[in-house]
Amino acid sequence: MIRVIKKFAGPLVVLAIYIGLALVRADLAVQSSHVAWDYLKEMVLIIPPVFLLMGLIEAWIPKNKIQKWLGKGSGFKGLVISFVLGTLPTGPLYVAFPMAATLIHKGASRTNMVVFLGSWAALKVPQLMVEIKFLGIAFTLLRFVLTLVALVLMGLLMEKFLRKFPDEEWLQRTDGEVQQPATEEMTR
Amino acid sequence: MVTMIIIYCLLAVGLIASFVKSREKTLKACKMAGKAFVKTGPSLLTVLGIVGLTLGILTPEIIAKAVGAEAGVMATLIASVLGAITLIPSLVAFPLAGSLLRSGATVMTISAFVTSLVMVGIVTAPMEIKELGKKFTLLRNGLGFLAALLIAMVMGVVL
Repeated sequence: MIRVIKKFAGPLVVLAIYIGLALVRADLAVQSSHVAWDYLKEMVLIIPPVFLLMGLIEAWIPKNKIQKWLGKGSGFKGLVISFVLGTLPTGPLYVAFPMAATLIHKGASRTNMVVFLGSWAALKVPQLMVEIKFLGIAFTLLRFVLTLVALVLMGLLMEKFLRKFPDEEWLQRTDGEVQQPATEEMTR
Repeated sequence: MVTMIIIYCLLAVGLIASFVKSREKTLKACKMAGKAFVKTGPSLLTVLGIVGLTLGILTPEIIAKAVGAEAGVMATLIASVLGAITLIPSLVAFPLAGSLLRSGATVMTISAFVTSLVMVGIVTAPMEIKELGKKFTLLRNGLGFLAALLIAMVMGVVL
């Protein structure tokens, strides 16, 4: 019972905020629930196929392949692959987090995953079309180039930092689910 | 809509190919998917709730009022904070940014808003922490915010 409550602590807190808001400003609470409902419909359609795809990736693509394409030694090629994967029209960002987690467990580097997540959120092709239409080609191009440079720099910096100060808590939490990525790195 | 079609087509091709090759592995993949779904379910619900709250309270009109009124460093800072908090679909965000630009906001302010909107996701942070860890999330979003400010400054000077 306590475990279930702990697992759903996040949603329960959010629910409490909704109830609190409904008492103070009912109109805002209604408006917010409408938005949440719209997003729920989108999630219901998009989440199951994405998780199934991830399951397929996990079952079929061997670790050394991912390591070769997206691992620490993948260099420029790895960056390009991450960038292209991110810019494809493939849905909202919350879908990309579990994907990136799967890829990291399979041996992808942090740098590449930062570029992957960043291009997913900031440089998506359909999104760029809308941007060009409303903010102009000069604005879009300049933002595109600057963002891409920033993402690569962020990725390199985070790789360095997380290697020096690894996220112990996260490694421990995910260790039970994957075969110890940390120890494997050390022996390599 | 196109996105959905692409994803479902990919899935169909993948599932069929996988099933033809090995029934057991396909089953294993489905089981892994189910497990991942149960694991992420609660944080997905949390994100969903927060998205509703931010979009329900911080409507485009309110953002326009907060950002568009004045030009200057303060407006740019407000814009980047608002961009970091909210999660607006690009079909709403870019027209909004465009109209703000025409109504007198500076390029720096608008690029701060747009860039932090796409680089920083406070709303999706609970899920990012769950999947990728606290340190990764903090670093990615923190650095993203700084990058957004720098990019805005460069764009304000160049354009």
